[in-house]
Amino acid sequence: MMEFFTTTTLGIALLVTGQALLVIVPLFVALAFLMYGDRKVWAAVQMRRGPNQVGVFGVLQSFADLLKYIVKEVVVPAGADKFVFYLAPMMTFVLALIAWAVIPWNPTWVVADINVAVLYIFAVSSLEVYGVIMGGWASNSKYAFLGSLRSAAQMISYEVSIGLIIIGVIISTGSLNFGDIVAAQDGNYGLFSWYWLPHFPMVILFFVSALAETNRPPFDLPEAESELVAGYQVEYSSTPFLLFMMGELLSVVLMCALISLLFFGGWLSPIPGIPDSILWLIGKMLFFFFMFAMVKAITPRYRYDQLMRLGWKVFLPMSLGWVVLVAFFAQYGAFGGAYARWAIGG
Amino acid sequence: MTVADIAFYIFSLTLVTAGLFTVVARNPVHSVLWLILSFLSASGLFVLLGAEFVAMLLVIVYVGAVAVLFLFVVMMLDVDFAALKGEMTKHVPLALLIGVVILLQLGLSFGVWESSDLAMGQRQAVTPDIKEVQNTAAIGQLLYTKYIYLFQSAGLILLVAMVGAIVLTIRHRTNVKRQDILAQIYRDPAEAMELKDVKPGQGL
Repeated sequence: MMEFFTTTTLGIALLVTGQALLVIVPLFVALAFLMYGDRKVWAAVQMRRGPNQVGVFGVLQSFADLLKYIVKEVVVPAGADKFVFYLAPMMTFVLALIAWAVIPWNPTWVVADINVAVLYIFAVSSLEVYGVIMGGWASNSKYAFLGSLRSAAQMISYEVSIGLIIIGVIISTGSLNFGDIVAAQDGNYGLFSWYWLPHFPMVILFFVSALAETNRPPFDLPEAESELVAGYQVEYSSTPFLLFMMGELLSVVLMCALISLLFFGGWLSPIPGIPDSILWLIGKMLFFFFMFAMVKAITPRYRYDQLMRLGWKVFLPMSLGWVVLVAFFAQYGAFGGAYARWAIGG
Repeated sequence: MTVADIAFYIFSLTLVTAGLFTVVARNPVHSVLWLILSFLSASGLFVLLGAEFVAMLLVIVYVGAVAVLFLFVVMMLDVDFAALKGEMTKHVPLALLIGVVILLQLGLSFGVWESSDLAMGQRQAVTPDIKEVQNTAAIGQLLYTKYIYLFQSAGLILLVAMVGAIVLTIRHRTNVKRQDILAQIYRDPAEAMELKDVKPGQGL
C-alpha cells in the first residue's frame, strides 16, 4: 500500500493533494477565527464590543460574512478589463496559499522540503504585487489605480529590507531550508538560543517591514479610506473581494509564521526540558498575530512620504549594514559562534 | 510518463504559448502579463533541470522587479497603439531579415560548434558533483572564491551604471520647500502651541 503512494504517478499525485489539503483546510478554518479575533482585539482596544451577534460571543461571525460575500452579486465596472479583473483576486489568493507549501510545522511535517525554501517564499511574495497592480488597473478607476500604484511601490520597497534581514539569518545558518534554520536555533539555553537574541534589532525591523509588506496599518496607505476610498479593492464586490481579503489575511498569517520560524525557533520549546511540538509554533504564530492586531488598533496611519523615507533611508541602510556586520561576526566566530551556527552545530 | 515529464510538457507548452501571445497581444498590458507567464514557465523548467537557485532568482529578479517596472511604464505611458500598429507594417521586412539572420547564426553555431577534448581539463573551476553539493552552495562557492574578482567587477559596473543614471537625471532645484523629518519629529507641543485665556467679548 505504501509503495503505491511513493512510486506510482497517481499515488504521488494523491499523496501531495492529501498533504496540501491537510495544510489548507486547517488554515482556512483558522483564518475564519483569526479574522474574528482580529476584529475582537481591535474592538476591545477601542472599547467596543465587536462582533457579538452570530453564535456565542459572535465566534461564527466570519462564517456569516463568508455566506454574505458569496451570495452577493458580482459587479464589474464599465470599461473594466474583465479577464484581468477576475484574474487579480484569484492571483492574490492563490499566491498567498502556495507559499505555505514550504512552511514546516515540525521537523518532518512539510509539504515540499526544498533546498531554497526561503528564496521560494521570497519569490512568491514578490509575485504578490501583481494581484494588486492588476486589480487596480483592470478596475478602470482612478482611485483604484492610484491605490494600486501606491501599494506596489510600498511592497517593492519593503521587500528589499525583508530580503536583507533574511540574508542575515541565512548567513548565520548556512542554509536556505526552514528546517535547517530552526534546527540551528536549537541549543542548551531554550529561548535564549533562538535567533531573536543575536539578531535582535532585525526582529523589530522585520516586524515593521512585514506590516508594510502586507499593507497592514499603520502602513495601509493603499486602502487609505479617507483619501482613496479603498484603494485597489474599491471596485470589487462579492467573492472577488472576499478572495482579496482572504489573500491579505493569509499573507499576514504567513508573516507570523516567518517571524516564528526565522527568529523565534519555530516548533522548539522555549524552556529546556519541555518537549518541542507543533503547538509551540502555533502558539508563537498566534502571539504574533495578536501583535499585528494590536498594532492595527493603536497606531495612526503613516504619511506616504514618511513611509518611503522609512523604507529606503532608514530600514535599507540599517539592514544592509547588519548583513555586513553579521558576515564578519560569522566569519570570525564572534560571541562564541552565536552568528555562525553551522560551525558549532546548533 | 513520469510526473516530471508531464510537468515538462506543461511548462514548455505554456512558455511557447505565452511567448507567442506576448508578441501578438493587442493590449500592451496583456503583453507584459503574458511575458510574466513565460518567465514563470521558464523558471519551472529550471526547477525540472535541478537548478532551483537559478529558477528562484529568475522569479525574484525578472518577475518581481523587472516586469513590475515594465508594467508600470506600460500602464502609465499613454501610447497611441493604432499609430504603432500602422508603423509596424513598415518595419516588418527589416525585422524579418534580422530574425532570419539570428536564426541562421544560431543554427551555425549549434550545428558546427563542439568543445575541444582539452577544454574540460583547462577549465578554471570544475563544477562540483551535483550529488555532493547543492547548487546554491556550488554557485556561491564558485562566485565567491574562484571568480570573486570578476564578480566584484560586475558589481562595480552596475554601481557605475546606477550612479550614471542618477547623475543624468538629478536636478538641483532651488526654491523648493523640503521636509525636515527630524525637525518634525522633535517638534515640541509647548513651543508649537500657545493656550490663551480668551475673555468673553474682548477677543485676543
